[in-house]
Amino acid sequence: MNAQELRKAAKEVLPSVDVVIGQRAGFDPLHAEPCFATKPEDVDDFIASPLCVHNLASYLPSLKGKKVAVVVKGCDSRTVVQFLEEGLIKRENVTVIGVPCSGIISVKKVLERVSHEPIQSISFDNETVTVKTNKREEKIPLLEVAPGKCTTCQYPNPLIFDVLVGQKLEPRGSAEAVYDDIREFETKSLEERKEYWEKTLGRCIRCYACRNACPLCVCQESCIAETRDPHWMSQKDDPKEKMTFHMIHAIHLAGRCTECGECERVCPMDIPLGQLKKKINMGMKELYDYVPGINPEEKPPMYVFKVEEDKIEEHELS
Amino acid sequence: MTDKGYLPQDKWEPFIESLSNDFRVYAPCEEDGVITFQVLEKGKKVDLSRPSTSAPKGVMFPQSERLFSFDFKKAPESPDKMAVELDASTNMPETVIIGARPCDAKGFLTYDRVYLEVDPYYRERREKTTVVGFCCNGPFAGCFCTSAGGGLAEKEGSDLFVTEVDNGYFLEAITEKGKKLLGRPMVEDGASHADAASKKQEQASKALQKVIPGDPEPRISREAFESDAFWDEVSAKCLSCGVCTYLCPTCYCFNITDEARLEGGERVRSWDACMFHHFTLEASGHNPRGRKAMRLKQRVGHKFLYYVDKYGTIACSGCGRCIRHCPVSVEISGIVARLTEGAQEDQKAAEARS
Ligand code: SF4
Ligand code: SF4
Ligand code: SF4
Ligand code: SF4
Ligand code: SF4
Repeated sequence: MNAQELRKAAKEVLPSVDVVIGQRAGFDPLHAEPCFATKPEDVDDFIASPLCVHNLASYLPSLKGKKVAVVVKGCDSRTVVQFLEEGLIKRENVTVIGVPCSGIISVKKVLERVSHEPIQSISFDNETVTVKTNKREEKIPLLEVAPGKCTTCQYPNPLIFDVLVGQKLEPRGSAEAVYDDIREFETKSLEERKEYWEKTLGRCIRCYACRNACPLCVCQESCIAETRDPHWMSQKDDPKEKMTFHMIHAIHLAGRCTECGECERVCPMDIPLGQLKKKINMGMKELYDYVPGINPEEKPPMYVFKVEEDKIEEHELS
Repeated sequence: MTDKGYLPQDKWEPFIESLSNDFRVYAPCEEDGVITFQVLEKGKKVDLSRPSTSAPKGVMFPQSERLFSFDFKKAPESPDKMAVELDASTNMPETVIIGARPCDAKGFLTYDRVYLEVDPYYRERREKTTVVGFCCNGPFAGCFCTSAGGGLAEKEGSDLFVTEVDNGYFLEAITEKGKKLLGRPMVEDGASHADAASKKQEQASKALQKVIPGDPEPRISREAFESDAFWDEVSAKCLSCGVCTYLCPTCYCFNITDEARLEGGERVRSWDACMFHHFTLEASGHNPRGRKAMRLKQRVGHKFLYYVDKYGTIACSGCGRCIRHCPVSVEISGIVARLTEGAQEDQKAAEARS
């Protein structure tokens, strides 16, 4: 990723849109933040590095009626495609600046790696991360501190773009390997899995960051976890309520989640929510032969009512 | 009774353990890489290495709390009548919070001004809770306590204040409640460690420079605060989630719901957040704070203007949690710095020059 090239491309696009969404340095060396550029000077702040963890495509539906250019990595581009499949954005209003990507950091993993010592600087060189804290300097292979999605990335190159900045890259490993973690987890007994989820989801504080950060969680403020009338869910903070919320969230994302990992990234309580979504996606692939966010011409299964789904073999009633 | 005590290193854990015999003890403990305040039980270790993800506020002001339960009962002699039985009994145990940082302890004072006199639930908990604060080993990413009228060795809000010195812990009673803890077994006389402790505290106070102008607290300019363009700009990336408010040691908004079953139920008070769309949604469907810009303005305004109008001080202890854990790095210290009177004048001067 090259910031100079990205800024140049963004500046070329800027006059034809209302805003270009990119990422710039955040409050400390470890964080980047979304940047809504409306002037060429704003674009000068854009960075392009493994710090760019945000899926900026998430903002598109909320900017309806505006002409928006957005910088996307490979995985983020699937969000754009899924929006198009579901009719949530208009293609003519969106300019996609695609950036092939070789991986990003997980802020949590970096911090863990350096025992949460305050970070003084972080730099990247050929997939090696150099982290300086007030006590030491450490060189870490990027993939050791990258989110799970990057270690098996199948779509490093944006699947949809108007401008491409940088050279195309090869996918990482086989498509099969993407769900290895889920298969492994499934070798555990039902009791073990139940115990695991009760413990991890028990930490949930119902802050709804996972829901609000999720680009495909379309209900947002009408989410049944919060509505008062009808009052679907209790506001108590017991494990049952938390579990219910997360099951609803996961089921609503069935065949829609593009595995961008935002839910998991934003969770302050470090709950591995991506696993729930991946599990369901695995089933959607097996049952309906469908992968979300790949082909803008497709429609997700169960998106409209059909007596027979396109790709599923119905059992014959006899 | 003395007001200075000392615990040698090897007595620290046994001392905390012994507290568990007489109190419910909450302390920051790590689980799967996340530190939260938990009830100290066998096998759990106190972790003071870095700030907890969530503040200890839940101890005093629980995320969800039963105010009373109600049961509908049919009178056997006249089945057309329904009687309601209410149970508003409380059963709050004597509690000790271990390992509150100065910014955490100060948070309780923010709640006291609002709830202590008018809220019996809060009052009972508050009266039954002893706060053991400690001289902070920070600063950490996002911290700005020194710009919020506090500091790493600030004792306000603690009943007992702990400073790590001379291979042990110096204990300073700040209130009568704190003094009581000094009378417990294992605590030695601390007078000979007082000098070392005050040196340590002095050092700690200097570890974090101010990042927002204003002495002792920042004051923001009302004129700048009213600019819509400003709030549109700083809130553009905000997700309207509950991270900042729920982790915050000074946020105290709540909602009340009846969680009913057919035959009865509970009236529950649970945390709410001004960053949620629902927070101000009216029954008519109108929402006076329908956009996230208005909501972020409210959050900052409440802490740095409205609360000040009412109680004379800000409602933020600068703990940095809302910055550290915000999914999109909304930085309240940066926002406030841009709104302070001083910053406004500087900007006007710069504009006049150019
Ligand atoms: S999943 Fe692929 S495209 Fe997405 S951040 Fe990781 S390496 Fe980049
Ligand atoms: S982000 Fe985490 S803590 Fe917040 S609601 Fe989602 S799972 Fe719960
Ligand atoms: S805000 Fe101050 S007292 Fe609180 S953790 Fe940071 S440095 Fe310590
Ligand atoms: S400021 Fe950050 S933490 Fe607070 S609501 Fe917005 S996105 Fe969530
Ligand atoms: S507003 Fe932010 S910095 Fe201030 S006390 Fe709350 S969480 Fe801490």
